[in-house]
Amino acid sequence: MSRSIIIQIILFFVYVLAQALLFKNLVLFNNGFCFLYIAYILLLPIETNSLALMIIGFLIGFSVDIFYNSLGLHALTTVFTGYVRNYWLRVITPQGGYDAGASPALAENGAQWFLVYTMPLVFVHHLILFLVESAGVALFWHSMMKSISSLLFTMTAMMLIEYLVPGRRRI
Amino acid sequence: MERLFNFVYTYRAFFTFLLLELFCTWLIVQNNRYQSAAYFNSSNALFARIHTVSQNIRDYFSLTDINAALAQQNNWLLKKTTQQSQALHFRQATTPTQNDSSRIKQYDFVTARVINNSTKSYKNYITIDRGMDDGLTPGMPVISAGNVVGKVKTVSRHYAVLISLLNIDEQVSCVIRRTGHFGTVQWDGVNPLLISLKYIPRHVLPRTGDSIVTSGYNAIFPAGVYVGKIKDVKLKDEAMFYDISVEVGQDFSKLSYVQIINDRLKKERDSLEVHTTGEIK
Repeated sequence: MSRSIIIQIILFFVYVLAQALLFKNLVLFNNGFCFLYIAYILLLPIETNSLALMIIGFLIGFSVDIFYNSLGLHALTTVFTGYVRNYWLRVITPQGGYDAGASPALAENGAQWFLVYTMPLVFVHHLILFLVESAGVALFWHSMMKSISSLLFTMTAMMLIEYLVPGRRRI
Repeated sequence: MERLFNFVYTYRAFFTFLLLELFCTWLIVQNNRYQSAAYFNSSNALFARIHTVSQNIRDYFSLTDINAALAQQNNWLLKKTTQQSQALHFRQATTPTQNDSSRIKQYDFVTARVINNSTKSYKNYITIDRGMDDGLTPGMPVISAGNVVGKVKTVSRHYAVLISLLNIDEQVSCVIRRTGHFGTVQWDGVNPLLISLKYIPRHVLPRTGDSIVTSGYNAIFPAGVYVGKIKDVKLKDEAMFYDISVEVGQDFSKLSYVQIINDRLKKERDSLEVHTTGEIK
């Protein structure tokens, strides 16, 4: 148990630094952003309760905000994602329910379930992020386009990492 | 009372959610205020150092661009000084010289290196490696090779965060150099190479290619700093003002060194204006 907590803490810093130093510089065609840090919230063990998810979400969003100079913006969206994550997990429970100590990783649940689980959450995260940043509906369709292209980019990166990094299932 | 506690406890997740979101909203509103005293941004020493390391690596890949930009800037400066000395020479021959030293030394420049920059968000900020110790204060204008870059938002001891011209909240008072009409430039959040010029009334005849420079009216930028040239002019039938898109003179994605302008007479001007109108505009 304590070992997995230590690994999660290390992963937290890995995700934040990767976002700040690497993925922040990767923007495709001025529109496609890669907010991979959201995968940290999505891949926490299934039985993590909402309170912990929101507080961890706030911490990771706040850290990312410092690098993006957008205080509160990423924190707001990750807290939201942390809050709705468990409700969404409950909605898409497979027959027979989840095993104890299961993680919502691709290796345990298959690509189809993983896509159904992550795509709506990532999309909502991106959409709220761009709408709140533009502070209004004047740039709604541009924000929508940004969200969709960012969704494709983030999902591609997340799937690649899920396939490439072995041993995620034990964490 | 006990039932109230039970109620709050039952819905504790929802209440925590509300509380955290309210706190985040408060942070966003605070951060959007111009000249907010933020501690948690990239001017914070630790985070700025991380950015410096990453910029040091990135610099190697953009050395060619930096050299080209510096050469261009040298060329521009050389042209400027030659023109200036010739004008001065001419004026000395015809009129008595201007010898108010505080006028001549009005502007002072601080050069800084960009260590963090974005052009793709709706609200872009730039972090530089100069701060309070180099005399920077919030509100100072920033240029690069004679082009508008933005203004200082927050400073720490050794670093500062600038509001980029590519920020949907940033407005700069400008003038069409050929006709002399005033307007405001503001980014519309879509294309980092284009910026829109607003409030040019119908009777003006702006043309494609006209230069847009700062007006010097908003007391941030000195007059005559280059913003860009008009790329496209549209006039809707019932509109009061033109829709003008301006091609910015500075490619913000290639920004590497910037100059911060310190106006020595700003305090005098501000206090005079406050004294006259009774408020800061």
